[in-house]
Amino acid sequence: MSLQIRAQLQRGDFKLDVDTRWPAQGVTALFGRSGCGKTTLLRIIAGLERVRNAQVWFGDECWQSDSHWLPVEKRRLGLVFQEASLLPHLSVTGNLLYGYKRTPPELRRLQLPEVSAMLGLESLLSRPVDELSGGQKQRVALGRALLCSPQLLLLDEPLAALDTQTKREIMPFLSRLAQASGIPMALITHAPDEVQRLADRVVFMRDGRIDALCSLQQALAKPDSPLFADEGPSSVLEGALGAADEHGMRLFGPEGSQLRVQAPDATVSGPTRLRVLARDVSVALDDPARISIRNHLVVTIRQLHELPDNRVLLDTTLQDGQTLLIEITPWSAQQLGLAAGQSVFALIKSVALMR
Amino acid sequence: MFELSAADWQAIQLTLTLCFFTTVILLVIATPLAWWLASGKSALRVVVQTVVALPLVLPPTVLGFYLLVTLGPRGPVGSTLESMGLSHLAFSFEGILLASVLYSMPFAVQPLLEAFNNLGRRHVEVASSLGAGMVDRFVTVILPLCRGGFIVAATLSFAHTVGEFGVILMLGGSIPGETKVLSILIYEHTEAMNYAAAHRLSLLLVVFSFVVLFVVYSINRRFQVAKV
Repeated sequence: MSLQIRAQLQRGDFKLDVDTRWPAQGVTALFGRSGCGKTTLLRIIAGLERVRNAQVWFGDECWQSDSHWLPVEKRRLGLVFQEASLLPHLSVTGNLLYGYKRTPPELRRLQLPEVSAMLGLESLLSRPVDELSGGQKQRVALGRALLCSPQLLLLDEPLAALDTQTKREIMPFLSRLAQASGIPMALITHAPDEVQRLADRVVFMRDGRIDALCSLQQALAKPDSPLFADEGPSSVLEGALGAADEHGMRLFGPEGSQLRVQAPDATVSGPTRLRVLARDVSVALDDPARISIRNHLVVTIRQLHELPDNRVLLDTTLQDGQTLLIEITPWSAQQLGLAAGQSVFALIKSVALMR
Repeated sequence: MFELSAADWQAIQLTLTLCFFTTVILLVIATPLAWWLASGKSALRVVVQTVVALPLVLPPTVLGFYLLVTLGPRGPVGSTLESMGLSHLAFSFEGILLASVLYSMPFAVQPLLEAFNNLGRRHVEVASSLGAGMVDRFVTVILPLCRGGFIVAATLSFAHTVGEFGVILMLGGSIPGETKVLSILIYEHTEAMNYAAAHRLSLLLVVFSFVVLFVVYSINRRFQVAKV
């Protein structure tokens, strides 16, 4: 199953020229600056924008071709926009059930109780829509989209209009949704953080074109990845979070590249993601025993990249094959005599739990 | 003192019938037209919007004159109708109904256009993504959210048609039960120096118009408050 789009569009100065296809599973992030055509592309997929000569295929279902046009309401997708777009004349429940009621019973895979549990909506159900906060509105909008049991969920910067605090509050719901619902998602964002938390693959867009389409790991393997624009190079490690030990630390990852991390929320378990900033990792040739940094992993240097501003980025692999980027100075690289193929100890000072 | 003659009643009934059908036809025509006008900025839309607004500025006699020329027995529409075995539209109820629809069109289109512009596209897009077809979206989203616009459009169309005079005089003449509406009758009463009869009907219209406008402005006000 894949989603296939071919579209060309000229509107004033803006030109969109896209011919792409990506697997219709997991989370696909459409990443790029504002004005690069992400939203237009999403609207073409959704059928909100009817561009002449465009082709949109979802699996073997034709949504748009020269001779065929499937209207939005027949595409069975869930849409969530940047600003809350709840129908103001309906209650929260009325909004949630708007799509559900219009979904043929045999296609309904999700029910109100489980969706409200997944998104924490139970206490909101009887509230009028205009009394909800921005974050609550977005959660209802997500729930409403889910309840029509969509084949594809399209999220157009669903967090961009929210303040940092609210973002933090919604993010867990989004990642739970990405993992648990099994519905393929396309997420528009210009926040690298959201990509690292949620995405399985990334579509990089620029000036109406697709620069690259790759897996998250591939996207994070390039030292000059646009995803590093905010906080510098970083790696995302995937693994399962184990039980807490007597110090409240929890084991993460497979044997051999195991980390102990602090998870404030004891309920988080199962597969998760850790983000490690490259500058939060140091390198040692021997395993230092008497040091406050307790997470030491054996890594193999794959490549050394010279970065601007007098920095060196070590591209290394963990024993389980995952990539870990380490940022040091050229001076330390030289002092330690680091070279590709060498095994060293990576001392990880801090990690961020992404899910 | 306030007694109306049979002719008065006939004119009142005719006026109400005319206004009712005009309003119904206008809502049916103006809704898609206003929606189309609200959905883009092309030059064609500006042209159409201008044409729709023309009756606002033209003397009613101009509209009436052209309608008479077009719909009359020698006009292009009138003669076509006659060749099809139908009668032409000058001096007939159907003729003044058509005239009223054109004459009151801006009063139906403008409030709807404003309501649709305020509504924006987002709610409708959301509804369609949730599986609502066109009719479903109209009934469950557009109608309830633009209720005020529809009420204002309907009341203004109705009231403005009540106030129609010049166009009907030009096109319809004064045929009792067919084209002799209240405004024409008041004119005739006055011409015949029957001031008492003219006064009765005029006062009736003043009260009616006051009530209608009062309702419209209350609705407008409530909707402005609700928006904030």
